[in-house]
Amino acid sequence: MQVYKAPLRDMQFVMHELHNSAAHVAEIGQTDVTAELMDSVLEEAGKFATDILLPLNASGDEEGCRLENGVVRTPKGFVEAYKKFCEGGWGGLSSPTEYGGQGLPEILGKMVEEMQCSANLSFGLYPGLTHGATLALEGHGSEELKRRYLPKMIDGSWAGTMCLTEAHCGTDLGMMRTKATPHEDGSYRINGAKIFISAGEHDLTENIVHLVLARMDGAPRGIKGVSMFLVPKFVPSEDGRPGARNGVTCTAIEHKMGLKASATTQLYFDDAVGWLVGEPNRGMRAMFTMMNAERLSVGIQGLAVAETAYQSAAFYARDRIQGRALSGAKYPERAADPIIVHPDVRRSLMTVRAYVEGCRALSGWVATALDLESKAADPERRQEAEEFVAIMTPVVKALFTDLGFELSSMALQVYGGHGYIRDHGMEQLVRDARICMIYEGANGIQALDLVGRKMPAHMGRFLRQFFHPVQAFIETNSDDPKVLPLAKSFAALQQATAHLAQVSQKDPEEAGAAATDYLRLMGLVALGFMWAKSAKVAEAKLPHANGDAGFYKAKLTTAQFFADRLLPQTGALWGAIKAGKASMMELEEAAF
Amino acid sequence: MKLLVPVKRVVDYNVKVRVKSDQTGVELAGVKMAMNPFDEIAIEEAVRLKEKGVATEIVVVSIGVAACQETIRTALAMGADRGILVETDASPEPLAVAKMLRALVAKEEPGLVIMGKQAIDDDMNATGQMLAALLGWPQGTFASKIAIEGDTATVTREVDGGLETVALTMPAIITADLRLNEPRYASLPNIMKARKKPIETVKPADLGVDPAPRLTTLKVVEPPTRVAGKKVGSVAELVGKLRTEAKVI
Repeated sequence: MQVYKAPLRDMQFVMHELHNSAAHVAEIGQTDVTAELMDSVLEEAGKFATDILLPLNASGDEEGCRLENGVVRTPKGFVEAYKKFCEGGWGGLSSPTEYGGQGLPEILGKMVEEMQCSANLSFGLYPGLTHGATLALEGHGSEELKRRYLPKMIDGSWAGTMCLTEAHCGTDLGMMRTKATPHEDGSYRINGAKIFISAGEHDLTENIVHLVLARMDGAPRGIKGVSMFLVPKFVPSEDGRPGARNGVTCTAIEHKMGLKASATTQLYFDDAVGWLVGEPNRGMRAMFTMMNAERLSVGIQGLAVAETAYQSAAFYARDRIQGRALSGAKYPERAADPIIVHPDVRRSLMTVRAYVEGCRALSGWVATALDLESKAADPERRQEAEEFVAIMTPVVKALFTDLGFELSSMALQVYGGHGYIRDHGMEQLVRDARICMIYEGANGIQALDLVGRKMPAHMGRFLRQFFHPVQAFIETNSDDPKVLPLAKSFAALQQATAHLAQVSQKDPEEAGAAATDYLRLMGLVALGFMWAKSAKVAEAKLPHANGDAGFYKAKLTTAQFFADRLLPQTGALWGAIKAGKASMMELEEAAF
Repeated sequence: MKLLVPVKRVVDYNVKVRVKSDQTGVELAGVKMAMNPFDEIAIEEAVRLKEKGVATEIVVVSIGVAACQETIRTALAMGADRGILVETDASPEPLAVAKMLRALVAKEEPGLVIMGKQAIDDDMNATGQMLAALLGWPQGTFASKIAIEGDTATVTREVDGGLETVALTMPAIITADLRLNEPRYASLPNIMKARKKPIETVKPADLGVDPAPRLTTLKVVEPPTRVAGKKVGSVAELVGKLRTEAKVI
């Protein structure tokens, strides 16, 4: 049984206590967004996730999407749920008010996103992609395009997609073949075929707005010759309503391991009418606005699925009776003890819990930077925030989604054979979580982005936005033994960074060989920092916590578990990085 | 027509309540609170009446600690227009609540008071009836359906034997039962609008009511834990045990 109730208390802790939402909203000039308001939004979003989205998760997986005569049918209940989602105004939570959004801070938006993906990842993808598309359009589109499309996309009546991948090019988009030919009225005609397009065709909205990468005639070769085009499924007529059917057809939907209620489509563009978004040949720049936002969101998807896996496993571990506690029967009146008494089951539950809460704290930190990046009054603060987001984006994407899969699998293990059969929904979580490691830039690519692009940028300036706060925290709390494990791990990270900067200058393959381990090392230090800070907050609050004492005690215990049992992996990772590429690259290709 | 809807802040229905260690009551510190579910149904009905054009304004009242503002905000987010908080740290009993509501009714002059049939914390099921008596207004309790025409409210009541339909001449009191409607989810834009809607704060003394309880709670204890059942071998044995041990037949 998939169990999910929005972890409201922990979300409030992250927003208000750990990241001081009151100071944060003051800095971004939104003091009217009070803690009380944020809490009431969280509460309603939580109800929506549990009551509307969760019941469709297993049934949507079972039924999947169907392609009938070029039209994709989403599973039973999705159309109604999406209608309620739009009526609730949830799609426009953080979108600008001038286009009908609510303009609420990302620190709140990311929590709501997490809830939706916890309850139903497949469902979450539809509005998630639309939101990403609005960001790209808002950042790069002409006033005319923005005025015509943004309000409809923000209120959810039209959906959005991003069309990058073609059959022969995924990671290497420079090989792209889809063509754009200028038309005399200023628009373009798009011809080509795209694959793996999430939400490329469905029955949830009256129109779908595709953001398509294509090459203009005579464009430079490679990635520098790619432009972005807006291609609607129905071309809006003068009054703004969906008009003539455009030349975009869904030729197939993919049969996938998981995420079955999300339609992954192949799209064929046959002289489709499109409009240029941004400048010619700068399509990747525009698409990166969307992709960076999506990468953070995909990271949160990993966290979101792990949360549901945790709640489900915790429920089962308290319910399932089997064997006796090693220290003697804890429930002698019952035929056996619930399996939560066993240390190894505890190990699983605590591991999932410690990672999930740590990731939520980190996502809250990155979300504050997202707000500051666009809304801080001080340009220097905006710049710093932008650099912090740049360095943390690959970390959040890859770390959270690797963990999403590892932790879902660990939670499944708590169920034993009952996790492997379909009845309890645990195997669905594992299957669903798996895609997050692949899409929006596979995690190996994220690690390369971190090590090859973000780390060396401006002589390592981006890295400072992360290193400096950690360093300052460790120095301020040097007398606190609880902070010692963090200090040790941080030292390993610093050494690894210096080592990598040195060896990769001589041999870029060294950076490539170390990238994934380095990303995990940095991610663990970031989570360790969040846990050490959380413990400080909990410790200060505990003496006058009254009825909330249990929450703070659990925070302190989980922080200790993270420092004792998970953070030490940093030492092993540093060891692996130090060993270098030699044994990895040694074998002749023919030996594989 | 103006509607008055009283709402109570209670322990959330999902929370397993615990008795305080000193047995003076139920533990409220750090416990998730929410609007009494029957009151939520009353608000929903009021909002529907407004949407149908039957009502013009919905005033929501809550009596209790300052945090009851949150409960009022929830009602405002569902579609009520303004709020009145009667702020008191005392935990007033139904009669005091009814008297405070009577004073507010005199001031606001609503055509209809719609409220939950009871609150899930103490299950008193008394305030609506007391308010009707104090005002001398007709009452339709346990409503599962409400129809308004002219100055008559036709209320279908859920009674033991089935459904009873009564016609009330308004102004009147209606208390909502579970099946009256299914409350809506507050939409995000309405949550945002709710914070701009006015909430007036008054004290019980302003309404001329002393909120101090008249009853003394001696102690509050957990219900006894259930003991294991017994298996019987035959129908005859079952009947015998019901007769001699359980003494129910």
